[in-house]
Amino acid sequence: MRSSGTNKAALRFWQVLLFIALLAIWYVATSPTLDNPHKAAFFFGEPLKVLARTWDWFSSGTIYPHLWVTLLETVLAFVIGTVLGLGMGLWLALSPLASALLDPYIKALNSMPRVILAPIFAVWFGLDIASKVALGVTLVFFIVFFNVYQGVREVSYTVLANARILGASDRQLLRHVYVPSAMSWVFASLHNSVGLAFVGAVVGEYLGSSRGVGYLILQAEGTFDINSVFAGILVLTAFALLLDWAVSLAERRLLVWQPRGGETEKI
Amino acid sequence: MVPALALEDITVTFVSRDGGRYTAIKETTLQVAPGEFVSVVGPTGCGKSTLLNVAVGLLQPSAGRIRVFGEPLAGLNRKAGYLFQTEALMPWRTALDNVTAGLEFRGVERGAAAAQASAWLQRVGLGGFGARYLHQLSGGMRKRVALAQTLILDPEIILMDEPFAALDIQTRQLMENELLELWSANRKSVLFITHDLEEAISLSDRVVVLSAGPASRPIGGYEIDLPRPRDVAEIRLTPRFIELHSLIWRAMKNEVLKSYAQQRHQ
Repeated sequence: MRSSGTNKAALRFWQVLLFIALLAIWYVATSPTLDNPHKAAFFFGEPLKVLARTWDWFSSGTIYPHLWVTLLETVLAFVIGTVLGLGMGLWLALSPLASALLDPYIKALNSMPRVILAPIFAVWFGLDIASKVALGVTLVFFIVFFNVYQGVREVSYTVLANARILGASDRQLLRHVYVPSAMSWVFASLHNSVGLAFVGAVVGEYLGSSRGVGYLILQAEGTFDINSVFAGILVLTAFALLLDWAVSLAERRLLVWQPRGGETEKI
Repeated sequence: MVPALALEDITVTFVSRDGGRYTAIKETTLQVAPGEFVSVVGPTGCGKSTLLNVAVGLLQPSAGRIRVFGEPLAGLNRKAGYLFQTEALMPWRTALDNVTAGLEFRGVERGAAAAQASAWLQRVGLGGFGARYLHQLSGGMRKRVALAQTLILDPEIILMDEPFAALDIQTRQLMENELLELWSANRKSVLFITHDLEEAISLSDRVVVLSAGPASRPIGGYEIDLPRPRDVAEIRLTPRFIELHSLIWRAMKNEVLKSYAQQRHQ
């Protein structure tokens, strides 16, 4: 126990040290004394200025409306994409005819690089949040859809037969067997789908918008304000980590019934 | 008396996708009286499970009829409970919620269902384990949950497909004794499938021997006149048990050898 505890502490120490070292290299390489005539700073920004810009955004409050928009788009894309994916996945998995009919279309849509839909969505839904949500939905939908499809297909025959013998009607089978089974696959892909909802929102904003963190980055890029671009990346990374952490929390609550590796305590 | 379950001239022929035909069971007639405990033994691959699937209505026989208390069976057998050989519980539900499932499907109010279910968990020796998920329970405990899940619905006919085959021998004998205790408290008809002759004799009123597959059919029925209540571990040592065992084994041996020879030739 003790050795694993100290190992973990040592690991943390080295991780922090590596971070500081990278920052230091960045700082030194872009500092005016070393970097003359200040070329590297033009391409890579300066760490202190990036931090100052980030601090500035938060202390003056200018970032909040943008963050709010990006998060709203992410959440909407995630929720709508998940609901659609769940519905379609259940429908196609339980209806062999529909599945056979739509199979080539689903395959084609899935293999298409869906980011190219962003301009079309901008035309259809305008430059406000709807077009970003639409892009996020197309990304989330397929992940959820394929997981649900797989989840329903892999419901154990015995569990299904047992539920039927216990008296489950078709609707009860759907609610008590197919959906829970499919949901476990959806939860397993939660990190992916939330991440892609975020990607959809940011990429959508970057390709044309008037609000959002992607918009901030686009603006900064337009004026060669590389420090603001990096500050935007920093904020996005921090929020992606935060979202991922929230998903981990949700997952732990929702998947209590699944065994975890190395879990003992059986009694 | 009208039998609880009557299989009449049942033939089951599977047709595979490439057109191959395989007759698992041929012209089998089998009856289980109300309150009777009948075991079906036979070598592996002789269609024992197929017989049960027909009896519960999961599988339509190619020919023959099934009667449940005299009524012809259409669709699933609503009077029967089924204990599967493999894992059949819902892993996303706790032990308690698995036991309530059947009542829930029948529209019993939640509180009442939960109260009944915890009483049943108590009865199968899992009193404090209601909140556990399946992965937190051992194989024997999961079998008990499955037993409670089936018995809570109070089925008139209980079908069991080698339910204890995956358990170690000690747990198995414990479960067999518990099963006998539960069964004798409230005698229902049982059709118990096993490949283990000792298990069959120690549990049953009657043992039916199936021939080796394909086209299995019963080749003998033996009344087990051992006194009840029985202790499955002890009854194996009585002279009458040994006598019955050697009698039935003589009939079964040829079939086992046949089945073994067939599997080696394939």
